[in-house]
Amino acid sequence: MPPQIKRLALLFTIFIGCFILVRHFLVPKSFGKYGHYRADSVEENKSAAVNYAGADVCTGCHEDIAKTKADGKHARIACETCHGPGGKHIEDPSSFKPNRPKGRQFCGMCHAKNAARPKAIPQVDLEKHNEGMECYLCHKAHSPKIR
Amino acid sequence: MKNPRRNFLKTIATITGGAIAASVAEPFNALLYASSFPGKNVKGGSWYGMGIDIDKCIGCGRCADACKKENNVPREPFFFRSWVEQYTIKNDGEVKVESPNGGIDGFKQSVPDEEVFKSFFVPKMCNHCYKSPCVQVCPVGATFETRDGVVLVDDKYCIGCRYCVQACPYGCRYIHPQRKVVDKCTLCYHRITKGMTPACVEVCPNGARIFGDLNDKNGALIKFLKEHTCLVLRPHLNTGAKVYYNSLSTEVR
Repeated sequence: MPPQIKRLALLFTIFIGCFILVRHFLVPKSFGKYGHYRADSVEENKSAAVNYAGADVCTGCHEDIAKTKADGKHARIACETCHGPGGKHIEDPSSFKPNRPKGRQFCGMCHAKNAARPKAIPQVDLEKHNEGMECYLCHKAHSPKIR
Repeated sequence: MKNPRRNFLKTIATITGGAIAASVAEPFNALLYASSFPGKNVKGGSWYGMGIDIDKCIGCGRCADACKKENNVPREPFFFRSWVEQYTIKNDGEVKVESPNGGIDGFKQSVPDEEVFKSFFVPKMCNHCYKSPCVQVCPVGATFETRDGVVLVDDKYCIGCRYCVQACPYGCRYIHPQRKVVDKCTLCYHRITKGMTPACVEVCPNGARIFGDLNDKNGALIKFLKEHTCLVLRPHLNTGAKVYYNSLSTEVR
């Protein structure tokens, strides 16, 4: 073997060796397990905190409200739709209270008149419908029909 | 190879004829495209998707709000994992698209009734494409599709280069202002893997969002696809989107 080839072969071996070594330390262990990504990342994504607990958890304690709601027009609406995430409230019910939304604007997000809204949803003109009154004075949110 | 020209023409004719015959035999269907690769890597695994019923969306924006609260998305009005748009087609044919703060503060009709030809709300989110352009362009493998069909981001591996933000034809990605890495809808992967529904589906007051498993032939999503005429957004881009819209108008981009 000519000497220049020998020198080149040695150089190449060192280069490839270094490459494999560096790659070994830089590429995460789980990379490529399922595809061209870090498989551990799937678990990390799974481990994010859950903030919305789900209506079933709410009704576990607030049976009375669940009963009122079941007969009303808002029966199929989840508690957290209006009250916001309840995860913290479940962990520590006394010190963390969920939102109790008030005001015409909040109800208006579903019930303000809008041409795009399906006709089946009751809609009012917020500026004309009993101006200045709070919605909850007439309509109880858990069972909104006036009785 | 006595007669190269004849052989060449023969080969070309075979290839062209074959391609035409194949396209006639199985016409391309963008909608079925994604669902024809169910759980490509796992036998009996899930293949998640989403159905959105535009006829039922009332534009309350609770989904966009819940998404931010569940996933700690910055509250500023430029960062959204999911948002709602109001489309208004005027009598003169002009299309107006609005999304004030992603719909979180509600919508106010900006076009007077007499000028409206039709109007509707379109909730938007990551389409969790089977052939995601965003996954294809990532130079480091920081965004990927899980084996159950959800496109996720590896925030420890992302270098914040923004290629994927540009590649996504649906505009569903943003750079997180504090963490400086890309962020997007995960279909609430932390919830769905625990048997819960995504936060947007949980809070939707009118059942306009249907979450489900495309592998579950008796599931809610397959039922929705069977009973409604669904389309995906930008089917011509062949992204293999898995968010199916009922009553999607051609004006929606």
